[in-house]
Amino acid sequence: MAHSSRKDAPDLPDFSLLKRIARDQLIYLLEQLPGKKDLFIEADLMSPLDRIANVTTLKEHEVDKLYKVDHKPVYSTSDQLCFLIRPRIQTVKWIADIVNTDKAAGKLRSYKIIFSPQKFYVCEAVLEEQGIYGDVSTDEWAFHLLPLDDDIISLELPEFFRDNFLEGDQRWVTTAGSALHLLHSVYGPFSKVYGIGRCAKMVYESWREQGKEGEKKTAQSEIGTVFLVDRDVDFVTPLCSQVVYEGLVDDIFRIKCGSVEFTPDVTSSEKSVKVMLNSQDKVFGEIRNEHFSNVFGLLSQKARNLQTAYDRRRGMDIKQMKTFVSEELKGLKQEHHLLSLHIGASESMVKRKTKQDFQELLKTEHSLLEGFEIRECISYIEEHINRQVSMIDSLRLLCLLSLTENGLLPKDYRSLKAQYLQSYGTEHLLTFANLRQLGLLVEQQAGETLTVMESKVGKLVNDKTVGKLTDAFSSLAKKSNFRALSKRLVLVPKPMEEYDLRTPRDMAYIFSGAYIPLSCKLIEQVLEREGWTGLEEVTRLLNGNEFVGSAGGGSESGRTTDSRRIILVMFLGGCSYSEISALRFLGKEKGYKFIVVTTAVINGARLLEAMLDNYG
Amino acid sequence: MAFVTASWNPLGEAFYRKIELYEMGWNLREGLRNCQIAAAPYGGPIALLKEPQRSSPSARPQLEIYTSSGSPMASFMWKSGVVKQLGWTISDDLLCVQEDGTVLVYDLFGSFKRHFSMGNELVQSHVLEAKIFHSPYGTGIAVLSGAYRFILATNIEDIKLRRLPEVPGLQGVPSCWTVLSQDRQTKVLLANGSDLYILDNTACTPVSPSGFSSQATNIIQVAGSFSYKYLALFTDSGHVWMGSANLKEKLCEVDTKMRTPPSQMAWCWRPKSQQPSVVIMWEKYLLVVGPCKDTIQYNLDNESVLVPELDSVRIISGTHHELLQEVPAVSEEIFKIASMAPGALLLEAHKEYEKESQKADEYLREIKEQDRLGDAVKQCVEAAGYEHEPETQKMLLRAASFGKCFLSNFRPEQFVCTCRDLRVLNAVRDYTVGIPLTLQQYKQMTVQVLIDRLVYRKLYPLAIEICRYLKIPEYQGVSRVLKHWACCKVQQKEEADEVIARMVSLKLGETAGISYSDIAARAYECGRTELAIKLLEFEPRSGEQVPLLLKMKRSQLALSKAIESGDTDLVYTVVTYLKNEMNRGDFFMTLRNQPIALSLYRQFCKHQEQDTLKDLFNQDDDHQELGNFYVRASYQEGRLDTRMSCLQNAMDEYNKAKNEFNAKATEEEMRLLRFQRRLEEEKGERMVGCSLQDTLHCLLIVGLHKQAEQLYKDFRVPDKRYWWLKLNALAEKEDWEEMEKFSKTKKSPIGYLPFVDVCMKHHNKYEARKYVSKVTPEQKVKAHIAVGDLEGAADAAIERRNEGEISLVLSHCSATTDRTIVDRLNRTRATAGKK
Repeated sequence: MAHSSRKDAPDLPDFSLLKRIARDQLIYLLEQLPGKKDLFIEADLMSPLDRIANVTTLKEHEVDKLYKVDHKPVYSTSDQLCFLIRPRIQTVKWIADIVNTDKAAGKLRSYKIIFSPQKFYVCEAVLEEQGIYGDVSTDEWAFHLLPLDDDIISLELPEFFRDNFLEGDQRWVTTAGSALHLLHSVYGPFSKVYGIGRCAKMVYESWREQGKEGEKKTAQSEIGTVFLVDRDVDFVTPLCSQVVYEGLVDDIFRIKCGSVEFTPDVTSSEKSVKVMLNSQDKVFGEIRNEHFSNVFGLLSQKARNLQTAYDRRRGMDIKQMKTFVSEELKGLKQEHHLLSLHIGASESMVKRKTKQDFQELLKTEHSLLEGFEIRECISYIEEHINRQVSMIDSLRLLCLLSLTENGLLPKDYRSLKAQYLQSYGTEHLLTFANLRQLGLLVEQQAGETLTVMESKVGKLVNDKTVGKLTDAFSSLAKKSNFRALSKRLVLVPKPMEEYDLRTPRDMAYIFSGAYIPLSCKLIEQVLEREGWTGLEEVTRLLNGNEFVGSAGGGSESGRTTDSRRIILVMFLGGCSYSEISALRFLGKEKGYKFIVVTTAVINGARLLEAMLDNYG
Repeated sequence: MAFVTASWNPLGEAFYRKIELYEMGWNLREGLRNCQIAAAPYGGPIALLKEPQRSSPSARPQLEIYTSSGSPMASFMWKSGVVKQLGWTISDDLLCVQEDGTVLVYDLFGSFKRHFSMGNELVQSHVLEAKIFHSPYGTGIAVLSGAYRFILATNIEDIKLRRLPEVPGLQGVPSCWTVLSQDRQTKVLLANGSDLYILDNTACTPVSPSGFSSQATNIIQVAGSFSYKYLALFTDSGHVWMGSANLKEKLCEVDTKMRTPPSQMAWCWRPKSQQPSVVIMWEKYLLVVGPCKDTIQYNLDNESVLVPELDSVRIISGTHHELLQEVPAVSEEIFKIASMAPGALLLEAHKEYEKESQKADEYLREIKEQDRLGDAVKQCVEAAGYEHEPETQKMLLRAASFGKCFLSNFRPEQFVCTCRDLRVLNAVRDYTVGIPLTLQQYKQMTVQVLIDRLVYRKLYPLAIEICRYLKIPEYQGVSRVLKHWACCKVQQKEEADEVIARMVSLKLGETAGISYSDIAARAYECGRTELAIKLLEFEPRSGEQVPLLLKMKRSQLALSKAIESGDTDLVYTVVTYLKNEMNRGDFFMTLRNQPIALSLYRQFCKHQEQDTLKDLFNQDDDHQELGNFYVRASYQEGRLDTRMSCLQNAMDEYNKAKNEFNAKATEEEMRLLRFQRRLEEEKGERMVGCSLQDTLHCLLIVGLHKQAEQLYKDFRVPDKRYWWLKLNALAEKEDWEEMEKFSKTKKSPIGYLPFVDVCMKHHNKYEARKYVSKVTPEQKVKAHIAVGDLEGAADAAIERRNEGEISLVLSHCSATTDRTIVDRLNRTRATAGKK
């Protein structure tokens, strides 16, 4: 990054340990089933598994053939089948079908199901219901945390968001609690825990509960502070179009488990190329957090540097040449390869993003954030829907509109919804029902009356009950209060001011200077104040549920100041690459190091796709 | 030390001593006459069943339970059937084997616990004799039925009755029999006259003891050793045969010259000791017999019973309780008169030292010269462990401690352990407790078991004291005792629930390893559900509360506890339980009050039981969700008419929910589907399932303009949308002529810039130009730029004198080719700037 960062930032803990723990456990589980076996792997466990143990490792432990769980009949000749799955009912039912088919055919095999990260009672209930509880052995692979990068750890549980926030199913709370427990026991003890959100609170409690059972660790703490945040505290940020390089790559090419597949138009060859996107990639490391408008400049600078490095070989004698070839050339070549890929990707992005319509999309988003020219925005959205530009993008704009405006006027709501249904199909009635339930897209109506009622009731009863009532009311009509929050926390800088994206002055740069992400701003404020004092009005607007907990792991004196400046931020329900970039920026400014733990890396599209009901 | 050896009697190589343990506290008028008696090994309790004094038919026997010191623990009138045998289990429960084969189990305090039967055939044939025995598998019972068959149960906690094979030629009660536990099998050894048989599961094998000289005589008494390794036989000729339990190895054979049949015979053989011996008792006479010609004889004042122990024999009479054992080798060395063993010398030295005599030094020097001071100390410590009298123990330990002073690097463990063990032993040997254990027995039974026994006797304070003294980890020690205490407490019916709950919580507090749910479970077993619930409140782990609450049928409470715990698995357990227990209506009602459980169950139903989901919504009159349900169902449905009926249902539900918008939307969807079907039938165009927009697009593409027009009107598609649609479709078809016509039908609601854009998208600059002139002034510049006419764009921008537009044009100009335009624009900008 172009601006100077503080030099005293502490080093990050080594998270490869987590991988090793997971791998050892998996190997142990595989060894529990001696002999050759076929392994069936749940589709969305494939990539995470790949990061933990490669095929050779699996083969070393007598895995014969590998299959993807595809919910189709199985043609395996092995007499031992092992299933590595998420605890989902459908998958368990599919396994039950396999077992029952085998039984009917008189085929004798042994079956083992390994649930990751844990098994649920429901799954066992299904096994029992299907009458195969005794035929199948089950186990748990407590693979909670996958380090995607030096500072990103993912639980790889995209369903966390929908299950927890939409369906009200809290089954993953303990999982998140266990993940935190693991981090605490390996890198802790934590000294301070801040959090906001109902789920965050439950996760915190679940972790405390688990902590009680374990032993206290006295070793040097590597992570001092923890911040837990629910996704529904801030929906606006992930719904904005991303303009920082890493986020853009995710929006356009979709980053999956830390790696991306660049299509032929990027690679300018026949094939697609899979690239790991992390700090190991030097080129990517330099541009990932940059605003897109800077990326080209940086890339060409890089290209020039590379050329100079290549050029040095002119005028070398034989000996120098030899060392050059043996030591540097490979690195240069690798860098060259990556550079050309990223340049290709940037070109492809430019093609898509500098088009008129993208500019207008951004303009609309910024207007919405500012609360400016709303009618124009609505007609833009209307046109967007009418022209069927993109099912998800239309929805994204609608949600942004609703969130920033505290709901749509009934007239607008109806007309936009009707048009949306005409464009994208009536089945989206269900989508709208979901969005309404989550508070992402609502009609303005009872909201005002509720506030009035709240304040009236508030005068009558004491504070504590008001809190509870507010809770109850807010769950009835979830209000985003974005405008008020934005004013209070100064999330939207004054318009018309020049914003130099090359040397950003605050986190707003990740949205071209138009908006400071709410989630990150909250974190900044709480860390600065070492608590929630002074933020009472903000937390009230966010429906409360904020808390501070001292993790109680030993005395304060035993901590190094370093560990206190290593801050673990856990997003429950996912976070976007833009938010990660913003936190990295914040860290550099203030001399912190952030570690982002998230249930999954999301963006606007993935967030909304989770709201669709997959019919048919 | 004359007085120590005073009670010693020599037998062969060894000495035997008889120590008085207690003067019995009981007051038995007739001594042990006319009663059945059972004393448990390891200093356990004694049960007496006293026959009624008057032999009237209404008179009932009296059952009394005492400690080993004769303190009464329980006494009650025996009202059940005829008791054939009394005996104790390893967990201090009293077994009463009745004539009809029923076995009644009582606890130490005489409260009835349970009963079981040794087989139905015994109701008819009756039990003739019974024996209670202990083996590694627990406590067992063997009975001899009236049909002269043996029936065996190896473990009364897990009753599996075994009927042993018939003994050939057995026409009456065998002269004697005993149970042996060998090779992980329980067998019966019996003598019928001069014949010996071993009965196991499968066969009855005749055996004969090796080297038995008096083959022809009848065997009238048999005794197995404590460990079942050895066997002693007594014949009517007065001979005793001692040997291994498999009868293959003979230890010795002794002629006692007694022809009368003895009343009891027991082994008295300390493990590791070289000399086997057997104690044989007649009415007034006790004989110790070993592998030598001599015997030791004791006279008995009154009727007694022998209780064989691991390392000794206890003799209980109406007035006294005594211990008969071989004097341990080390005690013999120390106390034997004129012994020169280092231990003896050290003891002497210490005595002199106490007397402040310099002889102490002489003795010490003597030991030191032999370099045996270490041995001396060890001997004294070891010997202390074998003594019952605290005074003697102290004397030996003091001597050891004295000797220790002259040693460096002497390991203190043995000394410390012995002191501790003796302290515990002296405490339990106390008259008030009455558990006369020897050190060896104590080691064998372990502290854990000793604490259990104290707990069975409700001696909680002593048990806790011992746990603390021995520093037993809380979890195994104090916590366990407290838990037993609490379990006992909750059974005290006379006290109120609140009082007990408070007392329990006060005493137990947060003690580690205490499971309140276990205590609550006990309270529930005693029928005190309310108390159980109160106790469960103290249980910090919800996971432990829930199962018991369910068992107590407090399912509502269980559900809220489960939810409180945040453990969804637990919630789900309760939900499944409720589902099976309750009728549907109640079940749904319960869920309704628990949103978290409800959403969990809904999630499950979505995957597993769609119909239940519907019922759930129905129950709640949640028409909105029902509508959604039907919409979802309609999309999972392949056939069109089912799909339609689903949508019809959805519409009805939405109407009930007063959601007009959704009702209308579904209604329109149905209309659209009908329209699409008709179209498919008439024109063969497949578009069922497409959205309205896609349908329109398809129609326009294939040129069915009329139908498109109809849809447009029927569904009141906004003008803008329709124009966009048509425009795009025409451009896609490259039907430029039709487009031009269309543009002229009326004023475009979307303006004309889209026409320009669309044409350019399809690379038709010529057509695009046609529309540039129609574009509104505000969009002129953009339109010109779109068709690549910078000249025109510049003109328009200059005309409008709009700064932003001028910049826009400039950004499209290249400095080399569009020189003139750039200049013009800059000039305008300059003049505009001046104004």
